[in-house]
Amino acid sequence: MAVASKPAPAATGAKAASGAPPEDVRPLYGPADLAGLDYVHDLNDPGGFPYTRGIHASGYGGKLWTMRQFSGFGTPEETNRRYRELLAAGGTGLSVAFDLPTLMGRDPDDPLSRGEVGKCGVSVASLPDMERLFDGIALENVTTSMTINAPAAMIFAMYLVVAERQGADWSRLSGTLQNDILKEYIAQKEYIYPPRPSMRLVTDVFAFCAEQAPRWNTISVSGYHIREAGATALQELAFTLRDGIEYVQYGVDAGLDVDRFVPRISFFFNAHNRFFEEIAKYRAARKLWAHVMRERFGARDERAWKLRFHAQTAGVSLTAQQPYNNVVRTAVQALAAVLGGANSLHTNALDEALGLPTREAALLALRTQQVIAHESGVPAAVDPLGGSFFVETLTRELEAGACEYMDKIDALGGMVPAIEAGYPQREIANSAYRTQQAIETGEQTVVGVNQHVDETPPALETLYIDESAAERQSERLARTKETRDPRGVERTLDALRRNATGEGNLMPPLLEAVRAHATLGEMCAALRDVWGEYEEAPSV
Amino acid sequence: MRRIRVVIAKPGLDGHDRGAKVIARSLRDAGMEVIYTGLRQTPEQIVEAALQEDADAIGVSILSGAHNHVCPRMMALLAEKGARDVLVVVGGIIPDADIPRLREIGIEGVFQPGTSMQTIVDFITTHVRADARPPADAS
Repeated sequence: MAVASKPAPAATGAKAASGAPPEDVRPLYGPADLAGLDYVHDLNDPGGFPYTRGIHASGYGGKLWTMRQFSGFGTPEETNRRYRELLAAGGTGLSVAFDLPTLMGRDPDDPLSRGEVGKCGVSVASLPDMERLFDGIALENVTTSMTINAPAAMIFAMYLVVAERQGADWSRLSGTLQNDILKEYIAQKEYIYPPRPSMRLVTDVFAFCAEQAPRWNTISVSGYHIREAGATALQELAFTLRDGIEYVQYGVDAGLDVDRFVPRISFFFNAHNRFFEEIAKYRAARKLWAHVMRERFGARDERAWKLRFHAQTAGVSLTAQQPYNNVVRTAVQALAAVLGGANSLHTNALDEALGLPTREAALLALRTQQVIAHESGVPAAVDPLGGSFFVETLTRELEAGACEYMDKIDALGGMVPAIEAGYPQREIANSAYRTQQAIETGEQTVVGVNQHVDETPPALETLYIDESAAERQSERLARTKETRDPRGVERTLDALRRNATGEGNLMPPLLEAVRAHATLGEMCAALRDVWGEYEEAPSV
Repeated sequence: MRRIRVVIAKPGLDGHDRGAKVIARSLRDAGMEVIYTGLRQTPEQIVEAALQEDADAIGVSILSGAHNHVCPRMMALLAEKGARDVLVVVGGIIPDADIPRLREIGIEGVFQPGTSMQTIVDFITTHVRADARPPADAS
């Protein structure tokens, strides 16, 4: 729908040009802004504590970032085809997008799944689905990121069993499980159980991987969704790092050794529009994490001090109007991620405000990264903006602001109590509302939406996902249920329930249930029987 | 004078509630009475809430592609309960191809990403049942 009423034009000049509110950014920065900055203490060379300038001494000289395009839709076969295309086109890692029923631990035949199967990602309900998803892809030779949270442990168990059947060694598997439930309560709201038992699932994955899959990233502590929900860069930084602290604390409380499990914690940040602020955000994040790990938790292994992160360009910045503008937005955001030292990157496709990306749009998004990597010369020097009066000032401001927020959350008793009190949720909702107001009044410019508007509808073909995936997935699920041993399923689900009431690690019983072809919905329901469900009180 | 009453709801499994919340606040700021149902409401629950609250309008936010299931069910329930005069609007990621069908089943307003809040406020104000509209000089 076209924008009918065009708000008053925004003031032009420095403010509009940087996209930043005037109170934040001055037109000139100089040596006085960096008074008190000590090179070795505050920045140091890349590869040296506190890693402000990067975790690798040689930056991208040793290895470029991983170009990891998030994708998934329809049935496992359809998504498998897209993965093979992406790998053939030079993509260097896989990233699985699951559909909403899978994300919520519901099978395709669940009444609550109606209309949602295969729509926002791929539908995976049981081991045979997972096998089809990775058909012809040797799991020992790729790195796979899986965006799954509430049922992360169950999906990971399926992945491990697929690897086992391929004859792969778990200790050689490499990839990432998002497994970040805290940001679900805070922002994306795809939770199943209450926070405390959910945190146990997370720490059980930490403990299991430390023993059995030491190269696997057990969690991707995510600011991405927090930002998409409306947070500012500062809130994204602060809440994400405080979530990270919460996970480490729960791990320590569960008796785990920080030097063993923390090196496998990774992070995931947004790459949004305000170019320099984003670069500063990544730099501040590395510095803050290094100090927290060394001083607050006493970690001695330097791998525990180094913050590694994936970045994704900002979905929320994409517009349905003039969708080709999105290619430019994404390129600028991706450049910020690279200048900030991202270890892996997803670039959004131009049509994602309209639907899931077409094959062509997804490929153009990957090409955007390849142009930055191979044509711009940007990766040649490490942290090329280090020492910039402006970028260093922003880095220090974000660091100070994040510390304030983290102190506030500490005072509330930690992130779980803060979430239960609705604190980060409220802060984010307020920021989202302020941003919308700024766009309404024209104080913040969105090209093609409130400035330079063109009423011509976009001539763009979009990917249309019909209901056929739902039918096929439901039929297939019925067949899986017919061909398995029902007593074996019951036995493993009972064992899972028993384990959940006690204290043992939940990964072994989940693996047994997966091997017996228990469905995702059945495993999640078994734990719901024990732990109940989380419900958020609606607030505006 | 009675204010326009709007139920804002988020059907389906999706939890991305930024849009629903921002719209709820914007409608409230525009002087409407807003009831936000929260997440994961079935069509039955949404229609029930609208009837109980004597709502003049229902606004649903759907980003997941579930609109083709949720909307027809909601409209059928409203018709069943004799509440066809409740204005229904939908916002979110709605492909162009689906809009004619949504209009056919009686959903008058379909708002895609980038729509201004003022557009939605104006639309609701001018399309709710006649007795719920504010007098012309007050709008």
